[in-house]
Amino acid sequence: MTIRSLRKKFLEGTYTPLHAYEEMRSVIDTRDGDIHAFLHVYDDAREAAIEATRRYTEEGDRAPMLLGIPTAVKNNILIKGKNATAGSKILENYVAPYDATVIARMKSEGLVFMGDTNLDEFAMGSSTENSAFGVTKNPIDLTRVPGGSSGGSGAAVAMGASVIALGTDTGGSVRLPASFCGIVGYKPTYGAVSRSGLIAMGSSLDQAGIFANTVDDAEIVFNVISGKDPLDATTIGPETYGTIPLKETYRIGVPRDFLRKGMDNDVLAVFEDTIKKLAEEGHEVVDVSLPLMERGLAAYYIVMPAEVSSNLARYDGVRFGLKAEGDNLLQDYRKTRAAGFGAEVKRRIILGTYVLSAGYYDAFYGKAEETRHMMRAELAEVYKTVDLIMTPTAPTPAYKIGEKADPLSMYLGDIFTVPINLTGVPAMSLPSGVVLREGISLPVGVQYIAPLGGDARLFDFGKKFHDD
Amino acid sequence: MDPIKKEDVEHLATLSRIELTPTEAEDFAKDITNILGYVSEIKDMTGEETSEKKVGALFNVFREDGEPHEAGKYTEDLLALAPERQGQYIKVKKILDSSK
Repeated sequence: MTIRSLRKKFLEGTYTPLHAYEEMRSVIDTRDGDIHAFLHVYDDAREAAIEATRRYTEEGDRAPMLLGIPTAVKNNILIKGKNATAGSKILENYVAPYDATVIARMKSEGLVFMGDTNLDEFAMGSSTENSAFGVTKNPIDLTRVPGGSSGGSGAAVAMGASVIALGTDTGGSVRLPASFCGIVGYKPTYGAVSRSGLIAMGSSLDQAGIFANTVDDAEIVFNVISGKDPLDATTIGPETYGTIPLKETYRIGVPRDFLRKGMDNDVLAVFEDTIKKLAEEGHEVVDVSLPLMERGLAAYYIVMPAEVSSNLARYDGVRFGLKAEGDNLLQDYRKTRAAGFGAEVKRRIILGTYVLSAGYYDAFYGKAEETRHMMRAELAEVYKTVDLIMTPTAPTPAYKIGEKADPLSMYLGDIFTVPINLTGVPAMSLPSGVVLREGISLPVGVQYIAPLGGDARLFDFGKKFHDD
Repeated sequence: MDPIKKEDVEHLATLSRIELTPTEAEDFAKDITNILGYVSEIKDMTGEETSEKKVGALFNVFREDGEPHEAGKYTEDLLALAPERQGQYIKVKKILDSSK
């Protein structure tokens, strides 16, 4: 089911937004008890679907492109009047007082919000096992993780509970679930989409991202939610990076040294197979050298916790969220944060406090930011010779729930995705093949990376290579 | 590098305003030692003299300080979220202890 095919039916009146709502709601009602993609399912979606159905009869093809399209939203994106938990006990009862800019833009199109989706607490995790409200399971194999942190949104699209879904991507949180669930996952250029109303994790890394069945769908949604926003000073306009030209076929770089020995052999085989297919379709695939990419993971696990430790200082039990009582104000803070945050959030706040403390700042945070600048320069240099870069999205397919108990082993799964957020470039995970595990075909994603501001190029390439 | 001790974690937790159980402090000391062991490879990076320690592609964004919304427009919505309030105020425990 794609946006254009649905819209065609909506316009003909053979199948209405109300039909689409009822079909997807029944998927949720029958399957989500097992999968747990959703934290809240919205009953008022029915009224929105009825209204969209009415508008199609009235407005015909003047109706907005996304009118009546069922969508799901990660529960760290504010929808006015809805409970935004960020997967944390500290926000268990928090009701959003305003719409995120991305939501306001979607509402003006008349999308139907099916519900909000589960995530690792404050988007910290790669598997959606870290939510205070339970684990989300992979719809393809219920014993495996859907990837994270936007695992609920990935699972929602993969199980057919929504046509598209919004997530957030700080270090791979849209692309990893897309890879593990077998769908398209898109992370825009930093600043292309407003962060206003996204519950902040690492502000220099966070971007809203899109889950879809096709690249065309992702592009349609991107065109609605992107653009400058007075509420987010980091948003960019078309003039920021200039025009990144589209081409008939593309020259794509593969950073060979970066494909580590620790990679799953079957995943690597899917990747090599994809290179062959690209060549068959007339694209040129060449080796490139990006020695600094490998340092990305270390730099990320310094920069991100540093930003986390500052951003999450706001949860103090005073203005909103959970409050636990102590003997004095300081004890209120300490008890509130002890009761409200889960283990991974505490771990990252403490790690972030360490790397920012006097005596360690230069050795860790300072070096990490330097590395980030050098990585940007290295990428810019390579983009003089290639149009796109490709890597696997993740070193493995979806793993078993509970398999990665040690935090560091979980972090290593982000090796290919975090350099993208550190450098701000746009990237997309496309489902590219399967690997067989215990008789089940698990999807594998390949990640394509464009230069800064090259979102249109990624969509153009993806539509040619994936959708057609 | 030297392992992070339980006492170090407790100090960092105090700075972070998080109360930890002794078991949490013990576990985090181990986890954070492992993580720092990995990320310490960053120390070998020989940064170029010209590279700057600033966050992101930075440029200032200014706007005119005008067009305020009407006073009190969002007050009730925001106060309604506070765990404790008194009229138009958010209520907190007193910070200075006058008995000492």
